[in-house]
Amino acid sequence: MSTIQPIAGELEPHPDVALVEQVRAGDVSAYDTLVRKYDRQIFRIAQHITQNREDAEDVMQDAFLKAYEKLDQFQGNSKFYTWLVRIAVNESLMRLRKRRTGRMVSIDEDVETEEGSVPRDLADWAPDPEQNYTQSELGEILRKTIQGLPPGFRVVFALRDVEGLSTEETAETLGLSVPAVKSRLLRARLQLRERLSRYFRQKKAPAGAKTGESRNEK
Amino acid sequence: MTCTEFLALLDDLIDDSVSAETRAQLQEHLHGCDHCEVTLNTTRKTIEIYRSHEIYDLPDGLRQRLHAAIMARCKKGC
Repeated sequence: MSTIQPIAGELEPHPDVALVEQVRAGDVSAYDTLVRKYDRQIFRIAQHITQNREDAEDVMQDAFLKAYEKLDQFQGNSKFYTWLVRIAVNESLMRLRKRRTGRMVSIDEDVETEEGSVPRDLADWAPDPEQNYTQSELGEILRKTIQGLPPGFRVVFALRDVEGLSTEETAETLGLSVPAVKSRLLRARLQLRERLSRYFRQKKAPAGAKTGESRNEK
Repeated sequence: MTCTEFLALLDDLIDDSVSAETRAQLQEHLHGCDHCEVTLNTTRKTIEIYRSHEIYDLPDGLRQRLHAAIMARCKKGC
């Protein structure tokens, strides 16, 4: 019999599991490590959802404190990070709701738009279009553009494309089905693309260039 | 394949989760359709730009302050 080789990756516990165990055993400094590891992501997600810096600061604090308090409820069958993100998303939606008093805000809101329509804006973008702007101009454009999306699209795009969660993790975090996540992701991507075209499209098409005419019927 | 059918598979193509056969059909559509080629390229670029630019920066000073506040409360048992 040849020696049994350990299977890399699959059976290895996530490093967060050990940290969580240490915190449970009373080692607060292990929690310090977890906070430092994920604070930027949690702040970013909170900003994406609330679109308000003060709210994002509050969400970040509250999410980490709540996670600490509820650590005994963390089952370990999901990653600590996705569990933490779920807490932060809920806190963020609560803040958003407070700002919009009298209006219900949920991730189901404002998502009824035309389904599967072919984008109208056909203009191609300039090569490396972001280079036409300074870093601060570009930041402003990107913030303004994503701000225009409904919260239910914004959060899916932020988790899936910015933070790199899988479709399944995004669905689990938001309590949505996988098809719902996929549908929102497509529409979020297309809406952002269309809005960014205002800034990034080629200024002027050279004579005889492609017109980008739709060939939907072919 | 129509543009609408292409669009329905756009995300799967971008996320590289299509079968070889479907990929071939999508590529074939792309060869003859500038519209979908532009849509694919600019959507890819959209994702790349958002991924590579930190639009909600957490400045070090603020980070330290929030961090200290969180840990102080945790040490007190929240």
